Amino acid sequence: MYFNNIQELWAMAGHGPFVWAAYGITLATLLALLWVPLRTRQQQSRNLRAYYRRLNASATSLTDGEN
Amino acid sequence: MNPLTLTGLCRALLRRELTVMLRSRAELANPLFFFLMVCALFPLGLGPSPQLLATMAPGILWIVALLSVLMASDSLFRSDFEDGTLEQVLLSPVSLYLIVLIKTLGHWLLTGLPLTLLAPLLALMLQMPSSGLVVLVLSLAAGSLVLSFIAAIGAALTVGLKRGGVLLSLLVLPLFVPVLIFGSAAVQRAVQGMDSVSPLALLAAMALLSLALAPLAIAGALRVSLDQ
Amino acid sequence: MWGWFHKWSSPRWFYQLSGRLLPWLAVLTALTLVAGVAWGLLFVPPDYKQGNSFRIIYIHVPAAAVAMAGYMVMAVAGAISLIWRIKLADMVMKCCAPIGAALTFLALVTGAIWGKPTWGTWWVWDARITSVLVLFFLYVGVLALYEAFDNKEAAGRACAILALVGAVNIPVIYWSVEWWYSLHQPASISFTGESSIHPSMLRPLILTIIGFYSFFAVSLLLFVRNEILNRERNTRWVRELILADSKV
Repeated sequence: MYFNNIQELWAMAGHGPFVWAAYGITLATLLALLWVPLRTRQQQSRNLRAYYRRLNASATSLTDGEN
Repeated sequence: MNPLTLTGLCRALLRRELTVMLRSRAELANPLFFFLMVCALFPLGLGPSPQLLATMAPGILWIVALLSVLMASDSLFRSDFEDGTLEQVLLSPVSLYLIVLIKTLGHWLLTGLPLTLLAPLLALMLQMPSSGLVVLVLSLAAGSLVLSFIAAIGAALTVGLKRGGVLLSLLVLPLFVPVLIFGSAAVQRAVQGMDSVSPLALLAAMALLSLALAPLAIAGALRVSLDQ
Repeated sequence: MWGWFHKWSSPRWFYQLSGRLLPWLAVLTALTLVAGVAWGLLFVPPDYKQGNSFRIIYIHVPAAAVAMAGYMVMAVAGAISLIWRIKLADMVMKCCAPIGAALTFLALVTGAIWGKPTWGTWWVWDARITSVLVLFFLYVGVLALYEAFDNKEAAGRACAILALVGAVNIPVIYWSVEWWYSLHQPASISFTGESSIHPSMLRPLILTIIGFYSFFAVSLLLFVRNEILNRERNTRWVRELILADSKV
């Protein structure tokens, strides 16, 4: 460990605000890049379930799917 | 009807393109007036100091010429798309590569080339030293050709969309970067009395490359735009 | 080989494979990023010239590298989808754009934050920064074009063409920006983060670079899996999967 205590780590000899801001923004961006698809996945599941219910009502057949 | 030879075909395509464009004089004149007016805005915004204008003139002329080419290219495929000509062209046995090549060349002849010829006049108004005039014309001649072909790719991609204009500039402007860099650098070096052969040669190389490669992308983009 | 190619490009197979792969990639991402960042922030001594601000390198450089690689992935996927009309490649291409744009943005922001204590200014028209800015514009173009089309199939093909044109231009852009910078180089800014780097500073950087690549893969897979479910909604396997999901 290079720093002696938390205060020193936080201050980083005056560069603390810059370093921590950069890491904070990075963390937020990376989390957003995971959160967005995960949330979309949930919404999509809901929408697809509703879609299949409507489809069942109209009795359309599904395919096996290919490339 | 006689089967067309390649040169005959090219000549016919070019003649058609020029005839259609020459019929709408306003559309030919508009990019030129745009060029003139935006160049006239710079002294108003920056102040009339001749020294300041002289140092900025190469960059100003190049950026405004670039924007004029961009504005002009928005209409490149639009009328042909709207009246169905483009669909007929796609169905014809002639290679689409050749057609878009000639079409873009014809468009450049009536937009990029006049801009190039107008530029020395504006350069004098912006107090640019006359030592840079020849290089300005040469660099714009080669550079505007590259710009026309790059802009044609964007125009082909957006021709089927209702709101093309701003989108077109978003797609195309980043691709203009090298042309702007070499073009304005060539003029700057000429103004400073330095040798500007290498940026000019690079612009010429880019012009030849875009002549060869851009029609591929334009043709592909037109197919997409017509398919949807 | 073609059988393998065909199988690999089947959305269903890819969905199952990526589902098995994801946990491992997620673990790899978490381990490398946490280890690399902790090492870089806590244990590496500060740079003798830049002080502690150089610690931003451990996120700035990986973000820029992966943003660049992401554009290439996008262009290659675009080419595959144009040539072989493989749906999966089209989905991958589409999903690369938002991730790549976000990482490019991140590279620009962290670069600016790094620049303030180092160069005394938030923004310098330096060759590398300018290139990354142009890369960001290229991503924005692809995103804007995709949004502009109502027909998403046409949008995919149009974006593939644009991504390819961009990929062909990127070397020219980078090289021209380098040339431009060498022409106007101011004398005051002579050092960059990488050139003066000490080996002990490099090791955590390698870790975070691996971590960012792996993160890109995780995020891309998550986006692509959503896209698969959405576009393959009319297949039996997606319906069974979704309906099985809802019971849990």
